[in-house]
Amino acid sequence: MATRTLTIEDARTGELNEAVYEHPFVVRLCHWVNSVALFVMAGSGLQIFRAFPSFGAKIPEKDLINWPRSLAIGGWLGGALQWHLTFMWIYMATGLLYLGYQLFSGNYKQVLFVPRDVPGVWPMVRHYFFFGPKPPLKEAYNPLQKHAYTSALVLGVLSVLTGLVIWKPVQFSWLGWMMGGFHWARLWHFLILWAFMAFVFGHLVMVVLHGWNNFVSMLTGWKKDPEYRSE
Amino acid sequence: MGQRINRRKFKGLSRRELLKLTPVLAFGAFAISPLQKSLLKTGLEFNDWASARLFRSGHLAPEFDDFHVVPFSEFPINGYDVDDPGVNFEKWTLTVTGEVQKPGDYTLAQIQSLPQKRQNTRHVCVEGWDVIGRFGGARLSDFLNMIGADPSARFVSVECADDYYESIDMATAMHPQTLLCYEMYDQPLTRPHGAPLRLQIPTKVGYKQAKYLTDLKVSRVLDRVGYWEDQGYSWFYGL
Repeated sequence: MATRTLTIEDARTGELNEAVYEHPFVVRLCHWVNSVALFVMAGSGLQIFRAFPSFGAKIPEKDLINWPRSLAIGGWLGGALQWHLTFMWIYMATGLLYLGYQLFSGNYKQVLFVPRDVPGVWPMVRHYFFFGPKPPLKEAYNPLQKHAYTSALVLGVLSVLTGLVIWKPVQFSWLGWMMGGFHWARLWHFLILWAFMAFVFGHLVMVVLHGWNNFVSMLTGWKKDPEYRSE
Repeated sequence: MGQRINRRKFKGLSRRELLKLTPVLAFGAFAISPLQKSLLKTGLEFNDWASARLFRSGHLAPEFDDFHVVPFSEFPINGYDVDDPGVNFEKWTLTVTGEVQKPGDYTLAQIQSLPQKRQNTRHVCVEGWDVIGRFGGARLSDFLNMIGADPSARFVSVECADDYYESIDMATAMHPQTLLCYEMYDQPLTRPHGAPLRLQIPTKVGYKQAKYLTDLKVSRVLDRVGYWEDQGYSWFYGL
């Protein structure tokens, strides 16, 4: 897919800026709708977890953590289930719309981490965490970014699959069997939540570090003077 | 280098792209208290509709070897109110009403005269715990045949000695693993587990499986849905 670019001309100063359309409308829509859905799913999920905060037997019950109710959504188990069972449809719908759009538009190439990206991972890690030099950016996302976004997509798919097993362990018994049964599906679902939280934390830190221009691109689609085009 | 555009036009373009996202603000409706209630209710109803569509009459819940069954003492007792509503076993009958050819009071012996089914199945609680237990009883479908229930009626509802009440869809009532359960672990049901008769439904969540049954009604409309459903739980909650 050819990337849409524009040259912005300032009539008074004659200054030229370049802008690239990085995020198509469907991607932006899915991003924001899904952010809200994920927030509600995590919050209500933690309230559901409060009803039985363990992954062992009911008798004797050994609680893992006592998650505070103020950091959860729904107020009680029944309320949380209403949120969870309502927003899971929104969560799945945006997920499917996103995946379908990316696949058919070819836009997935911008996000998908492929073997070709592997050599670029270490220089990027060195830059982010060990004060290494900044590797030149050749495309919209660097290899580490692609890795993070692709992982988030995998987590999204896994959260739905494990969730389906918890929701319908009998109808999806074959899927449950692959995960080790209902009991394990519940544990995987919980671990995926924390993996997601780790991603969201890292994502938000990077958004702050990369500044306003980068943030605006997820709202308007257009990024002004992206560094990978300026050289 | 792309097409040239002046700054003002680019700002307008950006603004239009931003405005396309306004539908996301519709989520704000969930923050408005009265709207929130009805939206979540609609969500739950859609969820129940989808659950009913996913239910397959011929699909059996997994049954397990005796090896996987937890000891009887580790099978949790969950009542909403009392562990023993003091049912008088001598006088106990199941009162049948509604769309049936033979309404009336049925004794435990009559229910036990139906073919017995024993099954090791997983009991899943809405809270998240699960346990594999061993249950025995008569198929509810056999009992519905015995009382001449109208198969086109949509619901089977029950009332209990502890004032609990529940209702299930006809498809689940006719499922071959749905039992009028009078045995656990090959022994008569104990009082804390719902003696003398309870529902045992491996395709439903725990709170649907009412204990201490006293009344059973076959109907086209529901007078009452269920105790927990009235507090806000899902009605169908098929597994």
